[in-house]
Amino acid sequence: MSFLKSCVAATALATAFAGTAHAEISVNVAYDADPVSLDPYEQLSGGTLQLNHMVFDPLVRWTQDLQFEGRLADSWEQIDDTTMRFNLREGVKFHSGNEMTAKDIEWTFDRIKQSPDFKGIFAPFTGIEVVDDYTVDLKTAEPYPLVLHTATYLFAMDSEFYTGETEDGADKAEVVKHGDSFASRNISGTGPFTVSEREQGVKVTFDRFDGYWDTESEGNVDEIVLTPIKEDPTRVAALLSGDVDFIAPVPPTDLKRLEDADGVNLITMPGTRIITLQMNQERVEAFKDPKVRMAVDYAVNNAGIVDRIMRGFGTVAAQASPVGYAGHVEGMEPRYDVAKAKELMAEAGYEDGFSITMMAPNNRYVNDDKIAQAVSSMLSQIGITVDLQTLPKAQYWPEFDARAADIMMIGWHSDTEDSANFHQFLTACPDEETGNGQYNSGNFCNEEADALMVKANNETDPEARAALLQELEQLLFDEAAFIPLHWQDLAWGAKDGMNADEIVNALNFPYFGDLVVSE
Amino acid sequence: MFAYLVKRVFQAIAVMLVISLIGFAIQGNLGDPLRELVGQSVSEEVRQELRDDLGLNDPFLVQYWRFLGNALQGDLGTSYFFKEPAVDVILKKLPATLELVFGATLIIVGLSVPLGVYTAIKPNSWISRAIMAISIIGISIPVFLTAILMIYLFSVELGWAPSFGRGETVHVIGYWDTNFLTVDGWAHIIMPSIALSSIMLPMFIRLIRAEMMEVLQSEYVRFAKAKGIAPWRIYFVHALKNTLLPVITVGGVQIGTMVAYTILTETVFSWPGMGSMFLEAVNRVDTPLIVAYLIVVGFIFVVTNTIVDLIYGLVNPTVKLARLGA
Repeated sequence: MSFLKSCVAATALATAFAGTAHAEISVNVAYDADPVSLDPYEQLSGGTLQLNHMVFDPLVRWTQDLQFEGRLADSWEQIDDTTMRFNLREGVKFHSGNEMTAKDIEWTFDRIKQSPDFKGIFAPFTGIEVVDDYTVDLKTAEPYPLVLHTATYLFAMDSEFYTGETEDGADKAEVVKHGDSFASRNISGTGPFTVSEREQGVKVTFDRFDGYWDTESEGNVDEIVLTPIKEDPTRVAALLSGDVDFIAPVPPTDLKRLEDADGVNLITMPGTRIITLQMNQERVEAFKDPKVRMAVDYAVNNAGIVDRIMRGFGTVAAQASPVGYAGHVEGMEPRYDVAKAKELMAEAGYEDGFSITMMAPNNRYVNDDKIAQAVSSMLSQIGITVDLQTLPKAQYWPEFDARAADIMMIGWHSDTEDSANFHQFLTACPDEETGNGQYNSGNFCNEEADALMVKANNETDPEARAALLQELEQLLFDEAAFIPLHWQDLAWGAKDGMNADEIVNALNFPYFGDLVVSE
Repeated sequence: MFAYLVKRVFQAIAVMLVISLIGFAIQGNLGDPLRELVGQSVSEEVRQELRDDLGLNDPFLVQYWRFLGNALQGDLGTSYFFKEPAVDVILKKLPATLELVFGATLIIVGLSVPLGVYTAIKPNSWISRAIMAISIIGISIPVFLTAILMIYLFSVELGWAPSFGRGETVHVIGYWDTNFLTVDGWAHIIMPSIALSSIMLPMFIRLIRAEMMEVLQSEYVRFAKAKGIAPWRIYFVHALKNTLLPVITVGGVQIGTMVAYTILTETVFSWPGMGSMFLEAVNRVDTPLIVAYLIVVGFIFVVTNTIVDLIYGLVNPTVKLARLGA
């Protein structure tokens, strides 16, 4: 707390002496939720990553077209099969005034290994070696193709600031998931903004960090006030009435309104979260037959769902990997043909159809319950009677874990922005030991597919790896391993002159540090 | 009186116990708090460790017993989301909610009395008919719809009032920041207060109207009229006094109900009170906060009911407190 206070005081002083050349630019942002904690490694969620990209800097980050861009790392090179060397930028200062060096990266890496949420992503890494003050080596046990993908999660924490004991005798470095900790209330990164005020669930105020290293960034925003507004209509109204400058997400029902409104811009972008249905082969004998699974896929009109239910706010999918991912197969067309579906059902010996149960959440994905209703009526056309139950997400997930219905809905975003991740969690043979297939409620299991994933995950040549992942995607398609529906689009609303389209990305963490507001 | 209060305290404790037991029993059906605490790709093993840490794997009675033991020491658990004692979280949010309820009460008291009296005196005038028609609409439209319509009309289209939040507040004491000392604060509280009052106001107009019409039929009013007392004096001094007795009783109970209605109003207006906090806690399966909220709101109900009983006894001496408490 005292650090926050001194920060506020310092900023106040700085503004007093700066002899204001231009007016303060303050931007009001409304999201549907505010960050759970100030700790960058407490919870793996969109909110945390949005915060991290404002207050911290990663080694590398994603650009709008899903390429890597060096941040704290100036350059990097593969020095052997299992080692990646990062050369760090010099002269980078933390908000506390400490200088960022290799030891902070090492310290952060070690802390990530203590974080229940993030340690999984860093599991392939066996260690980190400090070569000199501005050079670190990241080491993996096996050749690992996703070193840079993972480095986007490595946000340098201020090791000196987070070392020691609090007044209550707690270790300042500890990661606490459900309770008070030093890191959940105090923050020092290298990022473009400092947190000057925070009232959880009400607002967070960010102030521009005077000593930010990236002087080439043209970002000109002095202050950002983030307010959580949970209700969709209120959030939209707040933008339309001019009370806030930037909102996310924009609900599909209001897309047109924002598009037509004066003084407000709508920015949309295809997202990377795939919405799928899984057919449980353990519960339903018929689903063991690829013909039946394919019939279901043929019966579901994904394009119709995107068009009518999502109001165009989604990208029709035939596979899990979106464009830009290594495993994305160009030109794969969604299956939709009811006559063909009936034919397949007859071929499989189910011309009279059968009855199944289906479950979907009703507040997790955009229009999830309506999608489920549409699917169940589509399936009735080929003789499959669906007993549908939709539940709030809090009750849905325990049911999902128990595999409580014959068809279940799940949306997935790959934490590593990589194709193999989809298969690992959604369609790999369930295995408690490795954690594979943790969300494979369909119990789809194909050894060839799993072998392709393993092979791809040890292949460091990007092109060879992409070929393997595309082969995997094709195999899942041919087997109708799951029903792909669509990738949820992302949408932001911004006032004119915000130029927000420059800073948003498919990963949904806008780079506010680079935001240039027209004066 | 003293015996009555002691009895009431014991009743209150019993009510709190029942609420805590119910709150505790339903939390298992609200969903899995771990889902909201960790990322989706976190392994089941890690989740189990956290569940053990939180004591969620213990049998129900063990958990409840532990909860009671802590509750006796004033600890109702720590919110998963706010990472603070649940009671502190609620106490911090309470002033915002009470100010909103207070704002709505001002509107209800200020409008229901004149409107109720007027519609009783002139039941057939077109103004009375209009008031009754509008009040029917007010009762039938759900609060959240009224609130959203107001935001679109007054914030987006007309730009008269801000659309969300509390705006600028002034610190008073402890956790209490007030809206009533700044222009911005007033601008922010007006719409939510009107929305919150939209259900109760018509009800009170109708209640006062009905009571007033009954009183106007009574002998003493006729006598006063015959005596030649000025009509306004008859209506507002003699008749109104007797009308308000039952209104006060109902009003006291309804203030408690209004605290419950704040859940919707606060959510729509992003009002940082304990109503919106509760709804979010349910969504996040923040069970310690949910149970604590139920207990605190239960406590508010018990207290307001007790006060109403006391006032009732004071206003109408024929009511015996001892009998009421029994």
